[in-house]
Amino acid sequence: MLRLEDITIGELGATNLTVAAGECIGLHGTSGSGKTRLLRAIADLEAHGGQAYADGAAQNEVKAHEWRRRVMLLPSESQWWQDRVGQHFDNKTVAFDKLGFEDDVVNWQISRCSSGEKQRLAILRLLSHQPRVLLLDEPSANLDETNTERVEVLIKQYLEQFHAAAIWVSHDLRQLERVASRQFQIIDDQVSQIA
Amino acid sequence: MNNSLIYLTSVDLIITALLILLLISLSSYLKLGVALQLTIAAIRTTVQLLLVGLILEAVFRQAQLHWTVLIAAVMLTVAAFEVLARQKLKLKRVWGFSISALAMLISSFLITVLALVVVIDADPWYTPRYAIPLLGMLLGNTMTGIALGIDRLVQTAWQQRAIIEQRLMLGEKDVDAIRDITRDAMRAGMIPIINAMAAAGIVSLPGMMTGQILAGSPPVEAVKYQILIMFTVTAGTGFGVIAILQIITRRMFDERERLRFDRLLLKSS
Repeated sequence: MLRLEDITIGELGATNLTVAAGECIGLHGTSGSGKTRLLRAIADLEAHGGQAYADGAAQNEVKAHEWRRRVMLLPSESQWWQDRVGQHFDNKTVAFDKLGFEDDVVNWQISRCSSGEKQRLAILRLLSHQPRVLLLDEPSANLDETNTERVEVLIKQYLEQFHAAAIWVSHDLRQLERVASRQFQIIDDQVSQIA
Repeated sequence: MNNSLIYLTSVDLIITALLILLLISLSSYLKLGVALQLTIAAIRTTVQLLLVGLILEAVFRQAQLHWTVLIAAVMLTVAAFEVLARQKLKLKRVWGFSISALAMLISSFLITVLALVVVIDADPWYTPRYAIPLLGMLLGNTMTGIALGIDRLVQTAWQQRAIIEQRLMLGEKDVDAIRDITRDAMRAGMIPIINAMAAAGIVSLPGMMTGQILAGSPPVEAVKYQILIMFTVTAGTGFGVIAILQIITRRMFDERERLRFDRLLLKSS
């Protein structure tokens, strides 16, 4: 599903890895080790070396915005530019209840949402675009236990239902053990498998 | 007294200069702190305008194409620098100057040539008596709109760069991700001239028209010229701002639709 060939960005050495359809891999590393930049390179938001493939298509063979529709990055801090929540969703039916919202959340004002609410809404917004590959940068960093579990279940269901792939970045190794089939860590500017 | 010019004598100018002197002494007596600036500005305006007057008289006597072109080129260069100087975020120098010059070229040069050839129909079309004042009016008035448009676009995009990137992450095209900001910048560039057109004659009598009437033109003739100026300034500002916003947004994103302020701004800003 997702294949990275000699991806290099910043200090990070060549990264090679493959994520199968329906699979989620975990990525771990101290802050500043380059996890976020690696995800940005895979989403083609920053100039980088090497090549990435999704569904067999090479990154530079498809238009950049089409690539990002397939390979979608969830940043650790989501951004919102309209007044209300619903304006950020393109009229698609979104299962807001899966992350503990009522349907009237579409009328909520963005300025009144807590960081945790924004984080959950950002996950729902990401999934509403139905990407083939999810690049999740600390998706549950601001969430309580209940909502963290909801997020983990929702992502798992999504990957199974759409045969999508995911890279899950987290500081929490125990969480990665729950959600990911394989674990990777960035040590000395190199991505290596640890489990 | 139709069409007869009332020549201003030196005495007339001295009387108004005395007014300024009085103001300078009063503000220095009250320690208002503007006396020095006022003095310098008053001297500058006298010297600069007298020089321009002398140059213009010489050029008008010649009526040769190359003199007109030379003066026009100097005016354009100064205008482009002025546009660049009004930016809060500093653009890369060579590139910034080139796009400012291009925008002024579109907004003022081409529109002036069009107005001279098609509308005013002077013979020859580059007659400096028409060409240079018209170009000056256009440069002076479109410069504001273009400087404001660029400033708004670059500043807002810089402040909202996280939002632009978020929209790119969600698979939006680069032009869509920045569309709201471009629209806002277009409005910022056009508002001054739109307001000027709406208020003309009611709130304010435009300076050029007033000058012509004082110099003895029949009011309706002066009005016709004023409308001509307003329309050419509006068209010039509009086309200039549209062109410059297109060029800058193209430069802001690379071929992979990534946000690239490093291609736009000096490193220090």
